[in-house]
Formats: sequence, C-alpha cells, structure tokens
Amino acid sequence: MIEARDVSVAIGGKGIVANVDFDMRPGEIAAIVGPNGSGKTTFLRALSGDLAYSGEVTINGRDLSVMKPVEAAMLRAVLPQATTLSFPFTVREIVRLGLLGGRSGALPGEDERLPERALARVDLDGFAGRFYQELSGGEQQRVQLARVLCQVWAPVLDGKPRYLFLDEPVSSLDIKHQLIIMNIARDFARRGGGVVAILHDLNLTAMYADRIFVMHRGRLAATGSPQDVLSDDLIEKVFDCRLRVGVLPAGDMPFVLPQSAV
Amino acid sequence: MVDQSIAGAGTVATASDGDRSGRARIAILALCLGLAVAVLLSLTSGASDASAVSVVGDWLLGAAPGNEALSARDRLIVYDIRLPRVTLGVLIGAALAVSGAVMQGLFRNPLADPGLIGVSAGASLGAVSVIVLGATVLAPITSMLGTLALPLAAFCGGLATTLVLYQVATRRGQTSVATMLLAGIALAALAMALTGILIFMADDRQLRDLTFWQLGSLAGATWQKIGSVGPVIVLALAAMPFLARGLNALALGEATAGHLGIPVQRLKYTAIVGVSAAVGASVAVSGGIGFVGIVVPHLLRLAIGPDNRYLLPASALLGACLLLLADAVARTIVAPAELPIGIVTAIAGAPFFLWILLRKRGVIDL
Ligand SMILES: Nc1ncnc2c1ncn2[C@@H]1O[C@H](COP(=O)(O)OP(=O)(O)O)[C@@H](O)[C@H]1O
Ligand SMILES: [Mg+2]
Repeated sequence: MIEARDVSVAIGGKGIVANVDFDMRPGEIAAIVGPNGSGKTTFLRALSGDLAYSGEVTINGRDLSVMKPVEAAMLRAVLPQATTLSFPFTVREIVRLGLLGGRSGALPGEDERLPERALARVDLDGFAGRFYQELSGGEQQRVQLARVLCQVWAPVLDGKPRYLFLDEPVSSLDIKHQLIIMNIARDFARRGGGVVAILHDLNLTAMYADRIFVMHRGRLAATGSPQDVLSDDLIEKVFDCRLRVGVLPAGDMPFVLPQSAV
Repeated sequence: MVDQSIAGAGTVATASDGDRSGRARIAILALCLGLAVAVLLSLTSGASDASAVSVVGDWLLGAAPGNEALSARDRLIVYDIRLPRVTLGVLIGAALAVSGAVMQGLFRNPLADPGLIGVSAGASLGAVSVIVLGATVLAPITSMLGTLALPLAAFCGGLATTLVLYQVATRRGQTSVATMLLAGIALAALAMALTGILIFMADDRQLRDLTFWQLGSLAGATWQKIGSVGPVIVLALAAMPFLARGLNALALGEATAGHLGIPVQRLKYTAIVGVSAAVGASVAVSGGIGFVGIVVPHLLRLAIGPDNRYLLPASALLGACLLLLADAVARTIVAPAELPIGIVTAIAGAPFFLWILLRKRGVIDL
C-alpha cells in the first residue's frame, strides 16, 4: 500500500508539484500520465525519497521521510527516466548492482544467477558481456530495468508487498519490447507487488493500468480507472489537443493498437 | 558528455559472460607477487652487496642466535636506511593511487586526480605553513601537536580544497569536467601563490628543505616520519574498501545510488575525508608526487574493469609497485646524486595523461 497525502514539492523556491493525493494497493499498476513538464517525474522522485516534500507519504504504512536508504531499497526499486554511466561497466556488472543494497528475495544461492535471468526477461539474452555504453538507447533502458528487477526480484518479501517505480519505462522501446516490459510489470503486480509507471502512450495506459493519475501543471487533474478517466474532455483540457476516444480513423487509413496484440 | 567519454575504453575484450571478477582476483594476486619482488629488489639494490638471498635469510632467521646472513653494516643499511624508504614508498604509492581511484568514483569522472585538481596544492600549503611558521606564529599549535602538526596541516589544506572543489563543480550529482578542472586550476594557483608568500618568508635552511620536498621525494625517510604519517595512511586505506560498493553504485548517479540503498551523503563525506587524509599525509612527508593517482586506476580499469571492489585494492598494490620503480629510477639515473621522485613520475605520467586525452578527443566534451 502506498499512500501520499497532500504532497507538494518545491525546487529552488519554485513550486513544481502541488497538493497531490495518491494511493495504490499491491496487485495494481498505477499509471501517471500528463503532458511534458506537468510534474510527473518530480512527483515520482518525491515518492522515491530523492526530493524533500511537504505532506505525508507512507509505504506499507511506514513513513517515507524517516526511512533509511537501505530500508527503502528493500521496499521498492526505481527506474529513472534516463541514466548516465561514468565508467565502462559491462551489462552484467550493471545488472548486478541491483543486488547491492536491498534483498532480492530470490532463493538462497540464486543471487549470482539473477543477472542472467533478469536479462533474459527483458529480452537481452547474451548481452551480459557487452559494454553498457556501446548499447542503443532502448537496450540501455532494458538493462536498467533488468537491474531494477534484480533489486525486488520477489514481488512479496516476508509477507510484505514491494513496488516498482518506473519513469517512462517504454519511451525508447519498439512496440515488441513495449509489450514485453508492460507484461513484466503486469506479472509483477499479479504476483502481489505494486507498480507505479509514468507512461505517455494512452493506449498502453488503457490496456495495462488499473488506475490512472492524470497530472496537469503540477496538480492532479483526474484519477480513476481508465474507463472513468480517459474522456474527450479531459484529454482536451490536459493535453490541449482535441482527440476523440474510441473513434476509428476515417476511410481505409491503417491504424495499429497495442490492444490488438494476440 | 561524461558517459560517452569512456566508451573508447570498451575496445578491450571482455569475458563473454561480462563477469570480470575472476580476472580481477588473478590480477590482484599477480600484483601481490609483483609488490613482493619490487620490495625485495628495492631493499637489495644500491651501493651495498646485501643480496636478496641474504636479506630473506636474515629476515627468516630473525633474532635466532648465530644469524649471520647479513653483516652488521649491511643490516644497518637494509633496516635503517632502505627499509624505511621502501615502507614509505609503498604507503605513499598506495595512498596516492587509491585516492585517485576514490576521487574519480566520487566525481564520477576518470580525470579527477588529487594532484591535477589542486588537492595536493592545498595540502602543500598546509604543510609549508607549518614548516615556515611552525617556530613563530604557529608555535603554540605545533608544540602542542608535535610531529602530527605537519600531516594534520596538510590534511586540513587538502580537505578544504576538496570541499570547495566539490561544491563548485557538482550540481545535482553531476560533476562537470570543465568546471572541475578549471576550479582545480584556480584553487591550485591560489594555494601556490599563498605557498609562494610563505617561501618568500622562509630562511635559508627552511628553503633547502622546501625545494626538495616540493618536487616530491622519498629521501630522508625515517621510522619517525613513518610513525607520524603511517597510521593516518593505513587508517585511510583501511576505510576505502568500505566505500567500494557505494562508489560502484555512484557510477549510475547519486539518485540511483540512493535507490539502491547507499547512504550517499555519508559515502561522499567519508570519501572526501579519507582522500584528504591520505593525500595530506603523503604530501606532508614526500611533497607533491603527481600522476600516480590518475595513471594507476586508468591502467587497471582497462585490465580488470571499473568495479571498485577490485579496483581499490589493485590500485593500492600497483601504486606501491610503480612508486618503488620510480624511486629506483630516481636513485640510480644520476647516481651518486638523486632526482626528486616527483620529476620521475611527472616525466612518465604527463605524456600518459596526454595519451588518455588524445584517445578521448572528440568524445570528451569540456
Ligand atoms: N531540478 C529542477 N530545477 C528546476 N526546475 C525543475 C527541476 N526539475 C524539474 N523542474 C521543472 O519542473 C517541471 C516539471 O518537471 P518534471 O517533473 O520533470 O515533468 P514531467 O512531467 O515531464 O516528468 C518542469 O517545468 C521542469 O522544468
Ligand atoms: Mg519526466
């Protein structure tokens, strides 16, 4: 269970996120959507413990603001929007860093094999020996996801749910890998964990999210199930774009939706 | 971009499974052997005919009655002249190389080096203050601290420089190479100017001490000097392995290191204090010996990768080996006179540094 009450974040005296209420239960995927600069990343960073905030955040009933880094590391893993690397690590070495602070929750003695298993899950079999800096952007993003998966390999540890915080996990991926990654998230939630994901693709959001939080100018503009939230009015108000939900393109214009995946 | 600048290093073949820890362990073992050989050679080379066999023999027999492996004269040379010098060389080589590696991890930048970015200059300023003013203005402090005054002053100088540098060059956990190097130049210039004023005030005897010391030298190593700085260096080196995991995580950025469970703030301050202590102590006894801190970790990263769990111990070993080698060159190349060792490390290290820059030209974005 993650609960955030009246969370506001200011950076350098400038208010960036204001009065956001957020809550999610284990077993769910919570999607945060909203236009560029609406404060999604800033809010997730507050939830990750990176930024000072006013208001109250609890994870599994424990106050985030008094958690030590290592305690938080056992409760959740964070995939940032972008990661820069300062030294030439191999892919395996990067993924293994996921095992550094927290507890993977894998069976005893299995930790050494986790990097390979995590890489296989994100469809990067055989990449372990490559240099991270020589991979494409999408491949790098999947390596980071494999690292994050190692950190909370078991979605439930000691009977308590754990969480994945994903900031635009599929933005640089092709459609096949978007589906692979979103299925990993869904699987994590079905096995008792929770997922908070910032997404841009409204179709993927509708397909995978149990709850949507729409951010607009640092505030929560709407929240609820995809059916409740995704309306023509809301999209026009928040994204400043006149689109119509569920309307097919005219004539024989082709369109491809992730929902059609078989 | 910092992250792109390293990509060139990726041309080195890597184990196909991406796990370089086995290779790293073998390298550390080889370096241990190398260091043992280097120590033995340093103890036995020079104007006395104590052979390696007799030195080892003497050491094995120890205080056993009838131990005549070494003559009394040779024993004096080996134990009271050469051994302190070798000990100091090992300590300082290790301290400088590990400090370089830690600082590079901390600044997330392979070009950070205590000598290059002004930390050694700051430490020098502290040390020179004590040498020149110790008997006058600073007398109350120096008399209270005794032999610790010099290393302590050097430590404070190094610490102050590192803290200022870190504040100036790092924004939101990202260090700009340009700012770091330029701020380092400014701080070094300032420290050297202040040092210059002090040297101007020095008398002739202090001046002779200062000149040789500033160029960097292991000459004049005594057990007493080792007693005053050895514990500081050993303590700082002993703390470094505890930083290794944190520094590895820091390669992904401060925020991610925190997400992985690393107490980042504590890590940074431990690293800064540790580096300042190690560099300050080294500078206090042997002056500015440059380039060890940048050359050693760089070579090792090419060979065993950037994992600090192996990089830090391997740097200590290779730094010690290389400094003994440089000292051997310094002692023999203009025999019977002797070059300051700082000149040797600069002549070998500066071109190496240029080579690193050349390899990264075009991808390093100042
Ligand atoms: N560290 C910072 N300093 C100043 N402004 C920031 C900082 N981080 C984000 N902002 C501003 O806050 C707003 C929200 O940013 P962000 O949360 O990254 O948006 P997004 O919803 O696209 O993830 C943007 O206008 C951005 O310019
Ligand atoms: Mg964002």
